[in-house]
Amino acid sequence: MSIYEKKKHPFEAVLYGLIYFAGAFAALLLVGIIGYVAVKGIGSINPTFLTTVKSIANGTFGILGYMVNTLYIIIITLLIATPIGIGAAVYLTEYAKGGKLVTIIEFATETLSGIPSIIFGLFGMVFFGQTLGLGFSILCGSLTLTLMILPIIIRTTQEAIKTVPESYRQGALGLGAQKWRIIRTIVVPSALPGIVTAVILAIGRIVGESAALLFTAGSVYLLPQGLFSHLLSSGGTLTIGMYLEMAEGNTDNAFGIALVLVVLVLLINAATKLITGRINKKKGA
Amino acid sequence: MKSSKDIIERVMAIVFLVCGIIAIAAVFAICVYMFISGVPAITQIGITEMLFSSVWEPTAAEPHFGILYIILTSIVGTMMAIIIGVPISVLTAVFLAEIAPKKLAAVVNPAVELLAGIPSVVYGLLGILIIKPLMYRLEMAIFANSPDHQMTGGANLISAVFVLAVMILPTVVNVSRTSMKAVPAHLRSSSYALGATKITTVFRVVIPAAKSGIITSIVLGIGRAIGEAMAITLVAGNAVNLPFPFNSVRFLTTGIVAEMSYSQGLHRQALFTIGLVLFIFIMIINILLSVTLKKAGEAGEE
Repeated sequence: MSIYEKKKHPFEAVLYGLIYFAGAFAALLLVGIIGYVAVKGIGSINPTFLTTVKSIANGTFGILGYMVNTLYIIIITLLIATPIGIGAAVYLTEYAKGGKLVTIIEFATETLSGIPSIIFGLFGMVFFGQTLGLGFSILCGSLTLTLMILPIIIRTTQEAIKTVPESYRQGALGLGAQKWRIIRTIVVPSALPGIVTAVILAIGRIVGESAALLFTAGSVYLLPQGLFSHLLSSGGTLTIGMYLEMAEGNTDNAFGIALVLVVLVLLINAATKLITGRINKKKGA
Repeated sequence: MKSSKDIIERVMAIVFLVCGIIAIAAVFAICVYMFISGVPAITQIGITEMLFSSVWEPTAAEPHFGILYIILTSIVGTMMAIIIGVPISVLTAVFLAEIAPKKLAAVVNPAVELLAGIPSVVYGLLGILIIKPLMYRLEMAIFANSPDHQMTGGANLISAVFVLAVMILPTVVNVSRTSMKAVPAHLRSSSYALGATKITTVFRVVIPAAKSGIITSIVLGIGRAIGEAMAITLVAGNAVNLPFPFNSVRFLTTGIVAEMSYSQGLHRQALFTIGLVLFIFIMIINILLSVTLKKAGEAGEE
């Protein structure tokens, strides 16, 4: 063999083919899924679908109740999870410097992110639902989801805080500021874009969640009776509504909801891209 | 002398500590509650009767709670999904990290990320409407002459496996791609300098160097596949059977979803035992994961 010949892999052409096929497959999969859902779902989207709730008397279907419940769960979950998540991230980056506790907290976060949502659902049902007596309610669902999204918030915030330059802290320390003040006025504000990213990622996770909510928040499709009393009443989200329609064989309704969900996911993704793009731009400048 | 500022400092330090500990408390509480809810059925029914019997008739006059087939289905189904999904995912990662021109990668990358964000019920719906009919046709072709086979209408193991294979794709692609990207450029340059082609370099240098990351991605994929519930509930068929491709089957996850709403007493406790079995699988996977990550970290330090 001449040394001018390249050392070729025996299946060079085949492997190239497979790699291109795989890349094309992944891209086409997304295009196919979005296209299929859009084509099948667009017919179900109309004013009644978006602005009413299911009515057996009128024989109409609408998702307003599901949308309101989804919004409730997003807000309540974030109100609980965001402060805890940021707090944990601040503890890990600013207070604890190495040590066993950090390893354990990080292992726990890792473990939480690996637990499937159905297990969260079972735990939420028994602990928040039965032990704490919340039953099937928005609050029960939100508390369950809090545990589920905690890892995302902790990790993303941690990464954001790590990028805050040490000189900022040193400067503040030099001016006589104490730790809490540095965190409040320097660290958290500097890490804010990262924290916003964490919150948006968490919203994405909540919007797509179903198994953890089926046994905790329940599946009621009605509009809330009262602003705050709704917290303790059962409410199904868009995904739960979609699952129920699927199970009953109403695929048109299911595709309508699927389209709404996919659009939400696209928006959430675009928002994340926009913010991380800005952060990177700032870093580059 | 203590000013109010010092007190606030102290208090806040404790508040942050508590936030950190909540994650630990959550994992601990989940462990404890999974065992508390899962163990009573085992003691009542008997562990061998439960784990090694294949008859699941929870509502019969003389109920049986054997979950052997359900466990086997989850194991076999997950393995099949990995066998189908991982090669495509790793090759996609190779495409994105090594082969694709930057502009093309910039289009495909976000596509893969978006796939990860699509809710699992949507995958389930597509499974029902696209994969199920296809598999039914295949089933009719294969079993046309075997009267013993119970037709599933496409709601069977193989349909569920395809849905799972698609669902693990984004996880495996993203983690593998990142680990391939992290392979230092000088390794590739050395390989090229020895006259190796791009493909040889990828398969003999980059993939071996990124091995631990790829293994991590596969373990994550296993975790995702074994824990997925809503996407496959309506495509798996939901009868308790041996996990053959064209059998209607029940997974650990789908068993819980399908029966929890109407279960009572011992039946409900048995469902929690199924949850406990799933939880134990997940904890084993988690521990495997942290071991591989640790090994990867040590290898990186050398």
